[in-house]
Amino acid sequence: MSGAVTESARISENRRQPVGLVFCCTILGAAAQVLMKTGANHMAHPGLLGMATNLPLMGGYCLYGISTLLLVLALKDGELSLLYPVIALTYVWVTALSFLIFHDSINPWKLLGIVLIVTGVAVLGKGGKR
Amino acid sequence: MKTPVSHMLLVLFASFIGSFGAVFLKSGAEQVKKGWIYLFISEKAPFFNWRLACGVALFLLSSYFFVLGIRPPGELSVLYPMVSLGYIWTLLWSRIFFKEPLTRMKFFGLFLILVGVFFVGLGSN
Repeated sequence: MSGAVTESARISENRRQPVGLVFCCTILGAAAQVLMKTGANHMAHPGLLGMATNLPLMGGYCLYGISTLLLVLALKDGELSLLYPVIALTYVWVTALSFLIFHDSINPWKLLGIVLIVTGVAVLGKGGKR
Repeated sequence: MKTPVSHMLLVLFASFIGSFGAVFLKSGAEQVKKGWIYLFISEKAPFFNWRLACGVALFLLSSYFFVLGIRPPGELSVLYPMVSLGYIWTLLWSRIFFKEPLTRMKFFGLFLILVGVFFVGLGSN
């Protein structure tokens, strides 16, 4: 009896962990996009040299690298059809960060979109546990 | 609508190769199950995890076409939904290549996300 409970808890944990990893992925991906935008706004020289010496831009690429690594670890245990759409959470963080950092406007359309994306990801998270 | 068709095609192409990037990443990740070291090597020739390398390369290529596509005069309200078509391709490939079950919950969650991305794009113009 208790064995069955632990077993089902273990399975649900195994299913939830990849979603959590992709969640971290999306936060890193959004931070990467903000850094790249900052870098693009402060390009000292054009061309490859300018890119290589642009710290925020390079930082953005590094974060993308780490985020891809996390995605691989998530895909190792999780289903692609479940995890890939969760990446859409990036839109939510980017909208929030560009409001806070670049003072981009927020309007009802964006808010509605964010609510729908978050709900969709929540549904996928539930569906993963079944 | 002032988004040129060429920009739409660029973004569609980006979403298409991005979804294949995800497929390669997933098949490369299967090898990593045996241990961390398989992130970089593989048991068979050519002895490095070329599937992961392919996945990363396709992602980079996809982001290049994506950036070309969303330049002005491309409108995000038109182009963002096309990006999220990549999720549909990926659902298809997951079924075909990895025999993953497509549940009603997955379709419903994906539908909400697609509509959500559409509205974020609409608000970003």
